[in-house]
Amino acid sequence: MRHLLAIDDLERSDVEELMELTDSFLEVSGREIAKVPALRGRTVVSLFYEDSTRTRISFETAAKRLSADTMTFGVSGSSAAKGESLRDTVRTIEAMGIDAVVVRHASAGAPQRVAGWIDAGVVNAGDGRHEHPTQALLDCYTLRRRLGPSLEGLRVAIVGDVANSRVARSDVKALRLLGAQITLVAPPTLLPSSLRGWPAEVAHDLDSVLSDVDVVILLRLQRERQSEALFPSLREYSLRYGMTADRARRLGPDALVMHPGPMNRGVEIDAEVADGARSTITEQVGNGVAVRMAVLYRMLASGGTDV
Amino acid sequence: MSDTRLSDTRSSDMRSAHPARASRGLFIAGGEIVDSTGTRRGDVRITDGEVVEIGSDLDVADELVLDAGGCVVSPGLVDLHTHLREPGDELAETIETGARAAALGGFTAVVAMPNTRPALDDATVVGSVLARGARSICDVASSATITKERAGRELSPMGELHDLGVRIFTDDGSCVADAGVMRNAMAYTTALPGAVIAQHAEDPALARGGHMHEGDWSSRLGIPGRPAAAESVIVARDIELARLTGARLHVLHCSTASAVKLIREAKATGVAVTAEVAPHHFTLTDAECATFDPLFKVHPPLRTAEDISALIEGLFDGTIDAIATDHAPHPAEAKDQPFEEAPPGMLGLQTALALTITQLVEPGHLSLEQALALLSWQPAAIAGLEEHGTVIGPASPANLCVFDPTATWEVDSDALASRSRNTPFVGRTLLGRVRHTVLGGEPVVIDGVAQR
Repeated sequence: MRHLLAIDDLERSDVEELMELTDSFLEVSGREIAKVPALRGRTVVSLFYEDSTRTRISFETAAKRLSADTMTFGVSGSSAAKGESLRDTVRTIEAMGIDAVVVRHASAGAPQRVAGWIDAGVVNAGDGRHEHPTQALLDCYTLRRRLGPSLEGLRVAIVGDVANSRVARSDVKALRLLGAQITLVAPPTLLPSSLRGWPAEVAHDLDSVLSDVDVVILLRLQRERQSEALFPSLREYSLRYGMTADRARRLGPDALVMHPGPMNRGVEIDAEVADGARSTITEQVGNGVAVRMAVLYRMLASGGTDV
Repeated sequence: MSDTRLSDTRSSDMRSAHPARASRGLFIAGGEIVDSTGTRRGDVRITDGEVVEIGSDLDVADELVLDAGGCVVSPGLVDLHTHLREPGDELAETIETGARAAALGGFTAVVAMPNTRPALDDATVVGSVLARGARSICDVASSATITKERAGRELSPMGELHDLGVRIFTDDGSCVADAGVMRNAMAYTTALPGAVIAQHAEDPALARGGHMHEGDWSSRLGIPGRPAAAESVIVARDIELARLTGARLHVLHCSTASAVKLIREAKATGVAVTAEVAPHHFTLTDAECATFDPLFKVHPPLRTAEDISALIEGLFDGTIDAIATDHAPHPAEAKDQPFEEAPPGMLGLQTALALTITQLVEPGHLSLEQALALLSWQPAAIAGLEEHGTVIGPASPANLCVFDPTATWEVDSDALASRSRNTPFVGRTLLGRVRHTVLGGEPVVIDGVAQR
């Protein structure tokens, strides 16, 4: 694996291999000294054009646990606004001698462009509304930890702003790759204008699907969508699409509730549900580090494993 | 005739300090002449900037001979939609380099778009563009804005600009969104003979924040879309305003099936509407955006295969009047950005004729005469360029394009005369190659080489 740009680039066997590798790195994370020398002497740069605390720290923690050297190149705003082209920026960083760059960018496809300009490996840490592949991998991994290695036939509802969600795009592809059945639940204004080719059903009524799903993935609602007249109010959104305690009670007894974070408590999810037994939210964060260790390891480790 | 002889006869007076367009007679030998009256074989003799004689097997006098064996001799091509970027963005293009690209593409006249910095919204700026254009190897007509600074509010001094020769008024790049302003602009031009309001038809409220066609691909790629309806709602509105005011309306770079249908219906009911299509819109689809390469980013965006079919139908049945390049140079660094951050636009002047032949003539959608009508005499008529797109005959102005419709060539980045390189067609093999371009009797391009 030279880059990880999109779930589209992966086969089912790639995902399963990464899941197995994640098992061993999760074990490392639990050790008293949570560190292995697998990537000693390797340098991983985080290039974040968008503010992100959790994803950046997760990648950096993953790289450090593999003994890689890490650096952060934080840029707020677009590369264009800085007066330097993205191409110049990444080529400058590469000239310092690095092995991989973790890219977060507000524009779809930015990591793919970066991969075309430099020799180092590129990991997509979220690009615009396009993909967030490591989030999807950690979601799949979290479900496997909870439910066993097969996700075949698992019924998953993805609820919320699918149109603007890179998590949704990656989750749909990754979960489908592992055999899950997906239903997208949102008002029409928050769904992509075309769903042709999407391996997913669509529902506009969350209540109608509650009893038929094993997993509900709630997407973060960007508050500014209200000012774009995409829905009437946060109150109405919460009334119709929020995972309230009442709705959670109508889920099947073993159904799980997931959220990629950061959460808007009281909007897409009630505090009681977020902190309840169905919630995998904290686990997702922990598993995220191990998944990202697996990704970096697959990209950068040469020769045999010394985990 | 051999190339050697050509270069021998290319005497130094062609490069003299005073590039007199008619310093020596010109003889175009052995071509097939195609103009709005039809097709016939014949040599063309040119003196003092005018065609003086047409016939077969004419004797060559002391003239520069341009071999046209196997070639079509047509009126020079006319581009209604060229971004020359001067003043303001000379790193992307200048009038001189853009005109050279135009001449190499077979064009003898281009209409410069007004979204320069400053915008072409007053007589001084327009005058300077015309003055610089007059020294170039392609005639440069200037458009001007509809509104001051293309801001969509106050009208530019259209009467004064009309006196300077401006016929096409447009805020291109921006759509005149306010229907009241558009109505008044249209009504005002009805007092200006030959004036036409040309609209970039994309409703900003619907297209805002979008970077590609809204549809299957934008949904999959997560790139915000610009829906086809952004175009058609403005076209529908403007057609009604043209009906109301009696003004002439020209739809720039029409890209959707629904707009073609609206224009067809409007023409049938007598509205004075014309429309153009850009070669990239009948050649490429939105699927290209899956590369995330901003070379494929244009406004309006690349559409679907169904839209391409409708555009071709419109080009065939006369709904569409012109093929126009929307030549939009950008320096490399502007396109070395993520898709959503890069500016829209691609080059077009040096590939327009070949894309038309490759995509429309060769597959049998259009005859060569139809293609040339769309590239030459019809756009010349829209822009009021009386010296261009004329019938080739005695006393007609010698603005001509000589091209080999059967020659294939590969688009080479190094062979682009533009200051910019932003075309996705580099590396493509196309059919139809320009050999010579004659401007006012001067051979400005000989065997694919610009003479100045």
